[in-house]
Amino acid sequence: MSLEPGAAVTGQPAGGAGVTAQPTVTGQPPPAGTGLAVAEPAVSCAGVTYRFGDHVAVNLVDLTIQPGETFGLLGPNGAGKTTTIRMLVTLLKPMAGRISVFGANTATQPMRVRRMIGYVPQLLSADGSLTGRENVELFARLFDVPRGGRAQRVEEALAAMGLTEPAGRLVKTYSGGMVRRLELAQALVNAPRLLVLDEPTVGLDPIARSDVWEHITRLRERAGMTVLMTTHHMEEADLYCDRVSLMHSGRVQATDSPANLKALLGPVASLDDVFRHFTGGTLDGDTAKGGIRDVRRARRTARRLG
Amino acid sequence: MTSVAPGAPPAVSADQGWAPGSGRVGLRQLLSRMLTLCWVELRKLRHDRTELYTRAIQPALWLLIFGETFTRIHAIQTPNGIPYLAYLAPGILAQSALFVAIFYGIQIIWERDAGVLAKLMVTPTPRSALITGKAFAAGLRSLVQGVVIVVLAAILGVAMTGNPLKLLAAACVVVLGSAFFSCLSMSIAGVALSRDRLMGIGQAITMPLFFSSNALYPTRLMPGWLQAISKVNPLSYEVDALRGLLIGVPTNLGLDVSVLVAAAVAGVVVASALLPRLAK
Ligand SMILES: Nc1ncnc2c1ncn2[C@@H]1O[C@H](COP(=O)(O)OP(=O)(O)O)[C@@H](O)[C@H]1O
Ligand SMILES: [Mg+2]
Repeated sequence: MSLEPGAAVTGQPAGGAGVTAQPTVTGQPPPAGTGLAVAEPAVSCAGVTYRFGDHVAVNLVDLTIQPGETFGLLGPNGAGKTTTIRMLVTLLKPMAGRISVFGANTATQPMRVRRMIGYVPQLLSADGSLTGRENVELFARLFDVPRGGRAQRVEEALAAMGLTEPAGRLVKTYSGGMVRRLELAQALVNAPRLLVLDEPTVGLDPIARSDVWEHITRLRERAGMTVLMTTHHMEEADLYCDRVSLMHSGRVQATDSPANLKALLGPVASLDDVFRHFTGGTLDGDTAKGGIRDVRRARRTARRLG
Repeated sequence: MTSVAPGAPPAVSADQGWAPGSGRVGLRQLLSRMLTLCWVELRKLRHDRTELYTRAIQPALWLLIFGETFTRIHAIQTPNGIPYLAYLAPGILAQSALFVAIFYGIQIIWERDAGVLAKLMVTPTPRSALITGKAFAAGLRSLVQGVVIVVLAAILGVAMTGNPLKLLAAACVVVLGSAFFSCLSMSIAGVALSRDRLMGIGQAITMPLFFSSNALYPTRLMPGWLQAISKVNPLSYEVDALRGLLIGVPTNLGLDVSVLVAAAVAGVVVASALLPRLAK
């Protein structure tokens, strides 16, 4: 599988006449605030709050994500990660506070924000009654990828996710891992500046899981886009994130690189220990409500996809 | 966009397109989204045609049994004494389009449950463009269904116009009518929020809509109260326009089309306003 298409998919904007290629980041992105003071943050949240009835799902969250970073929102089920993400991608309006994506306010400039992000929701979501290729083409069209280069962009996105061969099959015949990769292809076809992944590997078996991570990592290395992901898996955050925010009961309790967070608690501390230290809870200790709800919805989705 | 951090792809994709940052719907964007969603509908129709066939059964029975029988017994006085079957055919065409459209909201609930709707709503597509696109996709599906009815009616000996302009106009009328009824369905979806409830409400309103229209019999044969209902039923205007165009019965085409356009626009406005309920 060639890697080049992946780079083309994520590195080149639509109809980018006269736009010079930017240097790509390999490996570690620049740390926050060093020599990049002029760059506006990729994401900035200030005092962001959301309530469902009386229940405060997201409580005064502040976050800043620098361009090029892979940032993890880490917390158990029910912590408020998905709600935060849904506000960020303009599906929900914050009830207080403000979120901006590369300087554009999600509440007042949603169209502008949407053009900059690729979003992969928590639950597997692709149209089972269309083929893989059609699913990606749909998003290319909805993001106004010009007709001229559209077919090529679709093929590149499919190739980057290793889906060229099954692209002509109906998605209801795909495995969970394939659907997830298809969703990544859908998110990438617009060459987004910010990729938002909500629990990208939840519900996948270990092999599909490492496969999906391999694809995400390759993309990152090639295109150096900013990635915001949520997870309730420590190891994933530790392995793939430059910085993480620990989230619990709607609040961000601490934000730093996994290494710095662990260093706080001494040489042998794991991210798990750190989490317990800051939140008093564990990542596995699901709040019953969120946990059951997630399982039920995941099942329903699996059924719908056929 | 002047400062682009190293590593961030250039911001061109963020700034191209129509009125970035504003929620206003540009005409070009609206047309583009309508085309895209109609394209999706055609692809789906291509992958699975069973619905096209199963949905043809009921109208076929109406034409064959009801139509043939009532033609023979001359129970219903038709204008200009045209055969009842010919009078009925446009009514059944409209009915078949109504059935397709009134359950179209199920698709949007299915998309909500499958997580597809949320992803669609995160593309640079204003809600009203999404609804309009889906409404016209429903219209397209109704149109394909309608072709089956027209062919069937022709086989049964109904003499319909061969004028391509009139046929095109009839196609537009079917699409407009379906756009309205699919918006009604998507609005109900936004209120009911579940497939089962939508099915129930859909079933509860289709037959009243059908029988309170002029699809089966001329309005002047109805009791006064039913005539009043028929007057506010958009299906009557759809049937009336189709009769005028296909069979040549004298009609007020200008009024019919105006009512259908107004109904479709109102439908889009209401359904778009209710759409966020489905995304919560
Ligand atoms: N649509 C909803 N209606 C009511 N409560 C909700 C809804 N979505 C989430 N919640 C509640 O908000 C809290 C945060 O949920 P969520 O953001 O999904 O958490 P996470 O993604 O971290 O698991 C949970 O307590 C959850 O039960
Ligand atoms: Mg979640």
